[in-house]
Amino acid sequence: MEHITLNHFLFVSISLFLLGLIAIIIRKNAIMVLMGVELILNSANINFVAFSRFSGNLINGHVYTLVVIVLAAAEAAIGLAIVLNLYRLNQNINVDEIDQLKN
Amino acid sequence: MNIYDLAFYVLAFITILSAVIVVFNRNLVYSAYSLLFTLLSISGLYVLLLADFIAIVQIVVYVGGILILLLFGIMLTQEQVKVPVKANVVYIALSMLSIGLIAAFLYKYLFTAGNINLPNLSGQQGTFISGKSTIKYIGNELLTNYVLYFELLGMVLLIALIGATTIARKENNR
Repeated sequence: MEHITLNHFLFVSISLFLLGLIAIIIRKNAIMVLMGVELILNSANINFVAFSRFSGNLINGHVYTLVVIVLAAAEAAIGLAIVLNLYRLNQNINVDEIDQLKN
Repeated sequence: MNIYDLAFYVLAFITILSAVIVVFNRNLVYSAYSLLFTLLSISGLYVLLLADFIAIVQIVVYVGGILILLLFGIMLTQEQVKVPVKANVVYIALSMLSIGLIAAFLYKYLFTAGNINLPNLSGQQGTFISGKSTIKYIGNELLTNYVLYFELLGMVLLIALIGATTIARKENNR
């Protein structure tokens, strides 16, 4: 436990954040964008728990992580509902081709 | 190298590798299955950080709920499994440039910070984990200090449920 420090966990978290950012920016599929958001939220959760662990086993980070997980679940449900609606209206879910406010 | 270090390196490797597959694989279903491995190994990282309840919640909510929801979304919106990535080169170059700048910024601060030592707060005000399980502490915190957030999260989940069903429902007057 002595060799693994906070920096190791921060490295994993930064890498996940950047990969999620890449998924949001360069992928065209709306579901892929949702997966990128999940990756970014997970990297934030790793940060919360790691900071909580390395400042003397504080419990607050765990509570914040639970809040983020609940919000991620709500976001995924609403996001997929919007994606399904878009698919019914436009027959595709590429985010660069959806450019109409009103059908 | 003790067993803790070995477990961390294996889990971190699986996490980052499967996240790379999630982002760069062209097949959307493979991406979703690769996300499964990412989420499971992140749950393993939580175990290494002494967060047992968070690890279980991660598996139950993410793997059991959100991932299944994403797979349903993929299957309902794709007739064919293969989804080509449509992007011209300039767009990818520009986005990679901006992401590279952000990456350089973040990694520079991480690697020049040296060994980050947080102040050990034990003995001061706050709740600290001292037993084998964190469930008791999380329950106490959620019902005393964070009870407002607890109630608000219940409201958020109810509103999200109603909103999702309302949005996804077929409208009859169209």
